[in-house]
Amino acid sequence: MAEDLIIETKGLRKTFISKTRNGKKELEAVGGVDLAVKKGEIFGFLGPNGAGKSTTQRMLSTLLPPTGGEAKILGYDLAKQQEQIRQNIGYVGQTGGTDPAATGFENLILQAQLYGLDIHTAGKYAREFVERFQMGSFIERQASTYSGGQKRRLDVALGMIHHPKLLLLDEPTSGLDPQSRAYLWDELKKLKAEGITIFLSTHNMDEADKLCDTMAIIDNGKIIVKGTPTELKSAIGADTVVFGFHDGKTASSAENLLAEKIRAERIQTTNNLVHLSIKDGERRMPELLRLLDSNNLEAQNITLSRPSLDDVFLKYTGRSLREDDNQ
Amino acid sequence: MRILRDTKLMFVRNMQHTLRNPIFILVSMFQPLLYLFLFMPLLENLGGVPGLPVGKTVETFIPGLLVMLALFGSAFVGFTLIDELRTGVIERFLVTPVTRSSILLGRVLRDAFVLVTQCVLITFVAIPFGLSVNVVGFLLSLILYGLIGITMASMSYSFALIYKSEDNLAPTLNTITLPISLLSGIILPLVLAPIWLQDVAMINPFSYAVNASRALFAGNFYSVDIIEGFGIITLLAIVMFLWSLRSLKKIES
Repeated sequence: MAEDLIIETKGLRKTFISKTRNGKKELEAVGGVDLAVKKGEIFGFLGPNGAGKSTTQRMLSTLLPPTGGEAKILGYDLAKQQEQIRQNIGYVGQTGGTDPAATGFENLILQAQLYGLDIHTAGKYAREFVERFQMGSFIERQASTYSGGQKRRLDVALGMIHHPKLLLLDEPTSGLDPQSRAYLWDELKKLKAEGITIFLSTHNMDEADKLCDTMAIIDNGKIIVKGTPTELKSAIGADTVVFGFHDGKTASSAENLLAEKIRAERIQTTNNLVHLSIKDGERRMPELLRLLDSNNLEAQNITLSRPSLDDVFLKYTGRSLREDDNQ
Repeated sequence: MRILRDTKLMFVRNMQHTLRNPIFILVSMFQPLLYLFLFMPLLENLGGVPGLPVGKTVETFIPGLLVMLALFGSAFVGFTLIDELRTGVIERFLVTPVTRSSILLGRVLRDAFVLVTQCVLITFVAIPFGLSVNVVGFLLSLILYGLIGITMASMSYSFALIYKSEDNLAPTLNTITLPISLLSGIILPLVLAPIWLQDVAMINPFSYAVNASRALFAGNFYSVDIIEGFGIITLLAIVMFLWSLRSLKKIES
């Protein structure tokens, strides 16, 4: 295996067997996943709910035995060296895992001790994280009283307390308010700057776009595309230009004109708006405007948008991740 | 050894949880106390029937009552585990290198400790009612109650880990605890029972525990009942604990 790979999987698979009235039924949650996560990067694992993100992460964190395939975490074999993997990774599940009946500080101390640290080191590390995540104002209170953002900070601190080299986070910002989300993003960037590798699953595209160096999109248990966010977006190619006209008649004349003169990927008119998918939208904008002007078709407003990860998702799955979000 | 250290950590953590709401230690003593105050006096006039020597009804009843407390007091601890499965606390423990068995050992030892404390309290309450106790026998019987507690708690945790929801856990535990308490001669000695009922009780391991408990309170140290009771319950405790450990390891798949 390559030296700088922190996670490497080949054909990682998980099949659940559920008993129904008509006998046993197999459900393939993860169907042969190949991943390569490099040292020091934030790797985004993007996909809709139920795509297999959590199942994959639970396998990688030793919680769930894979049905097939192989994986190396930090160079350790997932099938044989679970003890070493557990000692060297941090994992924060979707529900977090904070003990609501104990204080935040008690949570931190016990967690550090479970990693084999003595009480003095545990205390030192706990205080370090209280300061770092600015938890001083609430850490001595029982965790059941925490707000969503406070609880998340403690969750992540619990996953980090033993200074692991790899941190696995399962949808860490879901359900957080925008302020807490931004705060957590900053913290993750700082961790990355310290050389910690982060494997982050999310169904939030902005998050993947802003944070991740590399990402993989998973759908129905299979990886459908991998790359950097920039690569994935530029593979889409086309930008979207939308011209707004003051009536439908002008809009349809504009559509006809543009369809005739411009080599666009796609052109479509809804009401008074003409949507144009075009490569190098930014550079070709003046040309488009001149064309419309010279035909006395005056646009009231113009917007240009670069391809988003949603467009990437749409291209590969035929569905929008945002639609999934609203379900 | 790692397992001792981990078990200690988990035991202390679980004790802290218990001591945060110490009132619950007393709440689960309520039922046996009711039996002591409102039922035991009925037995006094029964003295002389088989299995209830005249003037010894309290000595016969209390050891059985303590076994009942041991059975019911720890049978429902599985609910606390379901709660911690839901909040993800158990999952968080499982991702750390902590010894798997210590997660459960720390719990069942806490449960046994709480239980033994309750048994001591009940015994003290019973002394004004005329209970006379062989001190060595009583101390040994506390070990027996602890073992019963470990057995029942382990069983409760196993079902909790298998069902992962309260809906099925409550009826299952009720279905198990009621027959085993009725078939162990706790309230009235089984010598009063018809032969067929005595035969059925023979397959109930806890009837041996009740016999052992009564022999210990009476100080009959040469009674075979004691060996039988300890042997059977120790074996059962080990089997049940291993079952709960297996359920914990299988929980994710």
